[in-house]
Amino acid sequence: MNKHAEISIQTQDFDHGVEVNLLENDNVEDGAVVTFSGRVRNNNLGLKVKGLFLEHYPDMTEKLLAEIIETAKQRWNIGRVKVIHRIGQLAIGEQIVFVGVTSKHRQDAFAANEFIMDFLKVKAPFWKKELTELGETWLEAKTSDKEKAQAWSK
Amino acid sequence: MIKVIFFAALREQLGCGGTEVSAKCASTVAEVKDALGEKDEDWKNYLANNSLLCAVNHQMVQGDFSVKAGDEVAFFPPVTGG
Repeated sequence: MNKHAEISIQTQDFDHGVEVNLLENDNVEDGAVVTFSGRVRNNNLGLKVKGLFLEHYPDMTEKLLAEIIETAKQRWNIGRVKVIHRIGQLAIGEQIVFVGVTSKHRQDAFAANEFIMDFLKVKAPFWKKELTELGETWLEAKTSDKEKAQAWSK
Repeated sequence: MIKVIFFAALREQLGCGGTEVSAKCASTVAEVKDALGEKDEDWKNYLANNSLLCAVNHQMVQGDFSVKAGDEVAFFPPVTGG
């Protein structure tokens, strides 16, 4: 799998099964495949959510995600990595993000997947605007996400 | 000229996705912000928000970072993807 294919920022949906196949095809060295996918919830902070709008900073997003993946590869013994993040208008239940990691044994893939997701949350220039029953609001960054990412350097 | 771009809530507050600042008016990121604030009182207030982040040529930087003609400076709120 070439570097370019590791990251995809896209408006269209993705197929979880297809992505798992891509991680597994012709890859018999790795026994572990860990995937995470994030979806649009119908509630946040006690409000009913109707949908999300996702904006990003083209070019910088890809650069930062590549740096995060590279750091994960240096820290753990992992095989293939795939990160997909959607942008634009998303409805309830739609998929937002996918992180897939393979490794020989499960520990590396579990840890690297969580690491990539934690740093994507606090470093990659994406912004969510939430459409709720009260109107549209840009989401505020959470301290808990920052702490989660910082915990990796302890 | 220095290219300046804005994202998300800041883009909507300023009512614009980007502008330019003469490299003669600003040699650091903080000075780019000052130059933008001189145009308009609302801009000055929105850009004074301490939580805003800044990137120069796609790299995260602090306010004292040097800028020159041809650079792309981006201001934006803390990120909320994932």
